[in-house]
Amino acid sequence: MQKIGVFVCWCGSNIAATVDVKKVAEVLKAEPGVVISENYQYMCSENGQALIRNAIKEHGLTGIVVCSCSPRMHEATFRKTAESAGLNPYMVEIANIREQCSWIHKDIEEATEKAIILGRSAIAKLKLNAPLTSGESAVVKRALVIGGGIAGIQSALDIAEAGYEVDIVESAPTIGGNMAKLDKTFPTLDCAACILTPKMVDCAQNENIDIMTFSEIESVKGFVGNFKVQIRRKARFVDEKKCTGCGVCMQKCPSKKGKNEFNMGLNNRPAIYIPFAQAIPNVAIIDPEQCLKLKNGKCGLCAMQCQVNAIDYTQKDEIIEREYGAIVVATGYKPISLENFNEYGYDTYKDVVTSLELERLMNAAGPSDGHLVRPSDHKEPKVITFIQCVGSRDTSGCGKPYCSKICCMYTAKHAMLIREKYPNTEVHVFYIDVRTPGKNYDEFFRRAVEQYGVDYIKGMVGKVYEENGKLMVQGSDLINNEQVVIPSDLVVLAAAIEPNPSVRKIATMVTASIDTNNFLTEAHAKLRPVESPTAGIFLSGVCQGPKDIPETVSQASACAAKVVGLLSKDKLKCNACVSHSDEMLCTGCSVCANVCPYGAITYVDKEFRIGGGKTELRRVASVNEAVCQGCGACTVACPSGAMDLKGFSNKQIMAEVDAICKR
Amino acid sequence: MKFCYYPGCTLRTKAKQLDIYARKCLEKLGVDFEEIKEWQCCGAVYPVSKDEVATKLSAVRTLASAKEQGGKLLTLCSACHHVLKRVNCDMKNDANIRLKANNYLALDEEYVGETDVVHFLELLRDYVGFDKIKEAVVNPLKGQKIGAYYGCLLLRPSETLAFDNPENPRIIEDFISAIGATPVNYAFKNECCGAYVSTTQQDLAVKKSHKVTDSAKAAGAEKLVTACPLCMYNLTENGNGEVPVYYFTELLAEALGVKE
Repeated sequence: MQKIGVFVCWCGSNIAATVDVKKVAEVLKAEPGVVISENYQYMCSENGQALIRNAIKEHGLTGIVVCSCSPRMHEATFRKTAESAGLNPYMVEIANIREQCSWIHKDIEEATEKAIILGRSAIAKLKLNAPLTSGESAVVKRALVIGGGIAGIQSALDIAEAGYEVDIVESAPTIGGNMAKLDKTFPTLDCAACILTPKMVDCAQNENIDIMTFSEIESVKGFVGNFKVQIRRKARFVDEKKCTGCGVCMQKCPSKKGKNEFNMGLNNRPAIYIPFAQAIPNVAIIDPEQCLKLKNGKCGLCAMQCQVNAIDYTQKDEIIEREYGAIVVATGYKPISLENFNEYGYDTYKDVVTSLELERLMNAAGPSDGHLVRPSDHKEPKVITFIQCVGSRDTSGCGKPYCSKICCMYTAKHAMLIREKYPNTEVHVFYIDVRTPGKNYDEFFRRAVEQYGVDYIKGMVGKVYEENGKLMVQGSDLINNEQVVIPSDLVVLAAAIEPNPSVRKIATMVTASIDTNNFLTEAHAKLRPVESPTAGIFLSGVCQGPKDIPETVSQASACAAKVVGLLSKDKLKCNACVSHSDEMLCTGCSVCANVCPYGAITYVDKEFRIGGGKTELRRVASVNEAVCQGCGACTVACPSGAMDLKGFSNKQIMAEVDAICKR
Repeated sequence: MKFCYYPGCTLRTKAKQLDIYARKCLEKLGVDFEEIKEWQCCGAVYPVSKDEVATKLSAVRTLASAKEQGGKLLTLCSACHHVLKRVNCDMKNDANIRLKANNYLALDEEYVGETDVVHFLELLRDYVGFDKIKEAVVNPLKGQKIGAYYGCLLLRPSETLAFDNPENPRIIEDFISAIGATPVNYAFKNECCGAYVSTTQQDLAVKKSHKVTDSAKAAGAEKLVTACPLCMYNLTENGNGEVPVYYFTELLAEALGVKE
């Protein structure tokens, strides 16, 4: 017979305001097997834990039930408490009477009854618990960073600086991401290239960093400390090791109609190209859609011109496999497509541009060499109207319900830079609210208004249309309570940002959770903001939620610190709650191996005695406990009931259900 | 498939062409239709008060008749379509309205929004098909530059009307192409004509209708087509007078060779 201790937590008023905690402790004390039942204001505090430790020692408890918050919050805490008092940590059960009870109920009587039932259910399970010990697994001392924008670059640099090897896998032909396209950065107005490109060079020169551009993640297997990742290195038709980045091929290429991705398609580039002057690696790439040689076999000029024979038209995609201890997801963002916003005429009028396109139009390395001209006729615009919140804070279903966070500040930046460089230009900004929390941010915005005379209009735009060569921006001015129409030469849309679409595929591969907006979910919104709930997966940059450069860099470094913490361990404790197969029941049908997401199940032929001195050879499942993550998929799939999960056995779960149903 | 034809009051008085040509086209296109029995006014304006029931009852009566006659409810006038479709949506989704309307009407069988409300243009697009219409055209309106005028009522609120993209619709443009003419795109095709404000503040209606007709003229439209009698009135009486306005059914009848 077990000696069980029950500990009911108030969680301040979080639980105690809705659940009569004293009554819960009293009633549960009468359950068979329970020798002590206590309640305390904060069970997770040092005093609360001491209460548990003392009770274990004093009463010789063989198991404890803590009625408190979700096990996701404090199961680990109470397991440690039990262990420090000499109890096996798997003899701890949590009854979640906060998230699943006090927080969702209002009636004290009902909530108290439910808390008692949840407590009984945990006691019923605990009675079937057995002490478990976890194995250990080695940690591969190398990290993978998916995405080579500023987030990925900063995470990689910090991990490398701590002495660990790190690979950056970037889908574009160069690292640098969106930040490389920006002109200047708020709130200090230093040029993006001047602060980003040295970091890109640092990455290239760091011995611990291996950069794989134009590459994608093909598959991810394994678990924290031991990920096996296949990476597709897409054919760039240029030998990366040989190419010197001299650029002669670009000049000679006769096919010059590819859209220049780096300039947001505002001008064209040759079929063979280096994305931009400071690209890392500074290596050419051939666009097979545009290359005459690859399309119809005629041409080959670039290969003839190349002094180092770097061109290889026969190059194929290559898949390499590497092992990592930790994975950083830094897949970043893209502006949303504007197909749902026809009222702004983005598809109709050339001089309606997005903010990212404006960055290129203002950038010294952009299509107009930094001379701000409108795309249609290359004339200097005299009146520029900005429209904020294009698809942000949009509950109509056309855009995104969230605030994209960066647009207020970059629009103020654009407006200010234009007024600075072209003082005769009239600048209007339509806004819903101007949101500028952040160090020196509001001061920055006020400067745009007060010092640079940017005309901010509170209200939204209903329509942009052309009349007599002008773009007429029709909107409402809510402060003056009137309809306004502003004849403009250039209209700039601050489009909402959304996670890079590749994140869904990657989240599936690494089994990380994503929210309804495709942002990756953090393990805890406040206390574990750079970790995914999936062990070994870390989040860096906008893939987790909209953020600007300073915040992205902070998060990227925080993420690196977490990765370094993991890689500095030689061994990791494995999950003790793993599945195992009852060989007497197993028919060797392979169903469990097919559903196992970790590849933890293999089959062995074993000899079994069948009576009469005879034996037979049978094929049975065998679980690799170091690989099993205890997800339980096999126990559900197994048709003969041979698969069972330690700590969550079928019997235990049925005992919980029985306890809940029993009146 | 059967369609229950709902003309509405205006089509019997001011907008007879919309009605007459529609019937001829339906016959020519082989659409199975019959007029709703004992139809009455749709209610004319959709009441925006959340708890308003009385002024929705006549629309419910029409919707229930279509259900009884076992067909989809076919509408022509934009305003009728707007009111009928929105009231139907209420009957489907708003338990309060549904209960009270049924209590008032005491129909043989409770009405809970079963009828599909289909506008004539939707019929052409979704049930006949613009390809089929193209084939049926005997007198293509070649060389005619025609601007589509949608107005507000067919498009918005877009979740309920679910007619076309509310900011950049194309159904009437596709219709214009199907009858062999050239659609002319212009910025104000889905802006308000001034609607009922014409009766109280005509200068505002003049301003709104001028915007539409000026914009269409500047884009090169020789004529406009509409489905709405009120838009027709405003654009004709309050517009710039330089772009004649036609009901779409009249042009369809002409193209199909059934216009007298």
